[in-house]
Amino acid sequence: MLILCLDTSAIASAALVNDDGVLASFATEDTRTHSEVLAPAVRELLANAGVEGTDLDGVVVGTGPGPFTGLRAGIATARTLAFVWNVPLYGLMSLEAVAFDALADARGRNLNEYVVATDARRKEVYWARYAVGDDLPHLLEGPSVESPSGLPPLPVYGRGAGLYPDVLKAVEGFAEVQPTASSLGLIARERLRNQALSADTTPLYLRESDAKVPGPRKRAL
Amino acid sequence: MTDQTEPLILGIESSCDETGVGIVRGRQLLANAVASSMEEHVRFGGVIPEIASRAHLDAFLPTLQRALDDAGVTLKEIDAIAVTSGPGLSGALMVGVSAAKALALAAGKPLYAINHLVAHVGVGLLDESFGGRPLPENLGALLVSGGHTEVLRVHNIASDVELLGSTIDDAAGEAYDKVARILGLGYPGGPAIDALAKEGNPRAVRFPRGLTQPKYMGSADEPGPHRYDWSFSGLKTAVARCVEHYEAAGEDVPLADVAASFQEAVVDVITAKAVLACQEHGMTELLLGGGVAANSRLRELAHERCTAAGITLHVPRPGLCTDNGAMVAALGSQIVMAGGEPSDLAFGTDSSMPVTTIYQ
Ligand SMILES: [Zn+2]
Repeated sequence: MLILCLDTSAIASAALVNDDGVLASFATEDTRTHSEVLAPAVRELLANAGVEGTDLDGVVVGTGPGPFTGLRAGIATARTLAFVWNVPLYGLMSLEAVAFDALADARGRNLNEYVVATDARRKEVYWARYAVGDDLPHLLEGPSVESPSGLPPLPVYGRGAGLYPDVLKAVEGFAEVQPTASSLGLIARERLRNQALSADTTPLYLRESDAKVPGPRKRAL
Repeated sequence: MTDQTEPLILGIESSCDETGVGIVRGRQLLANAVASSMEEHVRFGGVIPEIASRAHLDAFLPTLQRALDDAGVTLKEIDAIAVTSGPGLSGALMVGVSAAKALALAAGKPLYAINHLVAHVGVGLLDESFGGRPLPENLGALLVSGGHTEVLRVHNIASDVELLGSTIDDAAGEAYDKVARILGLGYPGGPAIDALAKEGNPRAVRFPRGLTQPKYMGSADEPGPHRYDWSFSGLKTAVARCVEHYEAAGEDVPLADVAASFQEAVVDVITAKAVLACQEHGMTELLLGGGVAANSRLRELAHERCTAAGITLHVPRPGLCTDNGAMVAALGSQIVMAGGEPSDLAFGTDSSMPVTTIYQ
């Protein structure tokens, strides 16, 4: 099995995952250059691995939640690549990546449940609540967007926790963790084996467009 | 190997509310598929960038497929891809650019990041505007839409375009939308005002012509700071004042007269300055482009004044004047034929790209 995974819900990342694990990966630290860096990164990943796009068993993309413009860069890229190569396209909720990264630590801490949070800007976080499962974390609640003070009082993994240390119980060593294509790719691999991967790549915006219908014009006296 | 004599170019446009994919072979138009999110903006009275961007994401692949079907070509046959990378709404541009990069990468095609405004000129090559011939020398372009109002001098469309004048505030189409809202007409404002103006007296109200005072105009020898520039925000305010005046007096607003007088003020100052720019820069042919090129009074007055000044006016057909992918392909084709180098895949969008940057 060989899949290409992309995520632009926070940083931009790309990974090639096969039966052995992550074959090659790319990740930025930046959260605002997705439409610039993603395509060159994918080209390089494929070239270095000697892989043709048409060899892939699928393209997987993180569907957010995440800041809108960056999120769309990844989804537009993934949809187009899958279309041209004529390979299956799958979507995964991006917070799953952080939940996956947190799992071993959460087990080590004997947690039953934990929260994952990323930066939603505007003093809010995107978050979801997970149960420590047998293999993969199990989504209990979310994803949602809200003020950090509205989150359940559980240990919080991810960049969202690091941004609000006074409000959230950030887990040490996980305050900077962002969703990555590598982790999403490993989850996708497991789900593909169980045929439990969704083909839906609808972006999880979680917020409306902010547009306001103008009221009637005020009349002069 | 790219065919440089009659290249088959696919163009992608997403700078505002139109998702366009066009296909051109040399100067021949093969497909012009456009999906618009205009309906979704109506209740807001103007384009909402986030709504436009969301619509681009979902419209891209269906529009691409439609263009390929219409042209009867496969992606494999395409020689190069061109995409609008600016100017425009940055979130909207990023959808088209991300998709275009993925398309170029997956299909193994060179990609050209091109200027939307220059593409509005390039589209003139695709229909009977120039009789199927190359662009003339001494060509000027007047671009009027909801997003831009510019007069350009086109020395060479693939390598040398100069901005002579532009709006310093609202675009003309934007002014139409705002005034339509003041008058209680629908969105988009251009067609609504154009229709209503036909029943009104264009000389009923004397609205201001922005930036026409001597201190802005100067003379041909000593041009002022805004000789070929426009300003429409004062005009919009003047219309609002005029309407308030009627309302305060308890009178019905003569909507048709106000619409006609507003429209006359817009097209008068647009055409006067464009013709002046042509005359003073030896431009003997003028291409009128952009969505507002569909306005009947603008076409009429532009034609009248150009004829009087000995300038030949070219107006591409309406479907090519509004934003579309064919214009992007048309410019891409010119750049490929001129031997232009493809863009590096790492290019970014530039929401305020100057016309001097024909491609990145
Ligand atoms: Zn335009």
